[in-house]
Amino acid sequence: MIAIEGGGALLLIALMALVTLLTRFGGVLLMSFVPMSRRVEGFINAMAGSVLVAVLVPVAVKADGAGQLALLMTAVLMLLFRRPMPAIAAGILVAALVRAV
Amino acid sequence: MSHYTAPELSPAAFKQGFWRLLPISLFVAVFGAAYGLAAVQAGLPGHEIVLMSALVFAGTAQFAALEMWGAEVPVLALLATTFAINARMLLMGATLYPWMALLPPGRRYGCLVVLSDANWAMNLNDLQSGRNTLGALVGGGFALWLTWLAGTLLGMVFGSAIADPQALGVDMVMGCFMLSMVLAGRRTSRTVLAWVVGGAAAYAAWIWLPENSHVIVGGLAGGLVGALWLEDKA
Repeated sequence: MIAIEGGGALLLIALMALVTLLTRFGGVLLMSFVPMSRRVEGFINAMAGSVLVAVLVPVAVKADGAGQLALLMTAVLMLLFRRPMPAIAAGILVAALVRAV
Repeated sequence: MSHYTAPELSPAAFKQGFWRLLPISLFVAVFGAAYGLAAVQAGLPGHEIVLMSALVFAGTAQFAALEMWGAEVPVLALLATTFAINARMLLMGATLYPWMALLPPGRRYGCLVVLSDANWAMNLNDLQSGRNTLGALVGGGFALWLTWLAGTLLGMVFGSAIADPQALGVDMVMGCFMLSMVLAGRRTSRTVLAWVVGGAAAYAAWIWLPENSHVIVGGLAGGLVGALWLEDKA
């Protein structure tokens, strides 16, 4: 335990910042010890999309109907036109409209 | 791995990245405001709230820290939670490695200081589609950092005057953004299988494993698909 009195809080913030910075640097740092091969390359390339999907899963499951409709709208427009900004905007608009009525 | 070349970061690319991420950053500011308000309510003095947003710059971890804040704070639990929540950035950073490896170390790690979900996703799409610049990561990261900080200040000052994010659909912005980034990427049967495996593993981890483990589990599971099913040699 660290008491937040007398600079303790600042120490805690500094430690949090340090741990967070380690996670920002760590991925690239650790990879520099891994010899690159086609298999390693295949791994990190496939990991990229999976990380995004993994972030999304609880968001989609927890969302209310309006939120899920927003995601559906974004997905459909992305598949049709591949333009992120309009797809996101339409998704948000759907969520806002459904919630307003 | 000779098909990678060192990505550039010109002032023009920085600026372009800044503007490309600015729309999404404005929504991030709403969450910054929610954090600022919550931190005031948790009893943190103003300078500590601002310092945390400026130095930690990781929303979910900051909200989690508020839950633990008191006269005495359990250090190890705080740092373990911070690490667990932010560990997804280890995977995100790793995906940038083939390009980052070609930069001198100072520049490599300097660019990673502002690594965050949205700018990573956009920059990785850029790099994979042959746009060989770090503008989205660094310029966009700066936009996200700036609006996160501005949002924090607004939340501290105006607090409850800020509209309910849910009514405006703002809570879905990051989800819709991430989804659009998934679908903007290259789609092959191999990547789609990686999404399905990664998504199923993340769901299982979210239900059954400790909190915050789902992104790591899903990312690694999807990565395995890519390691086992190799792309045809170009």
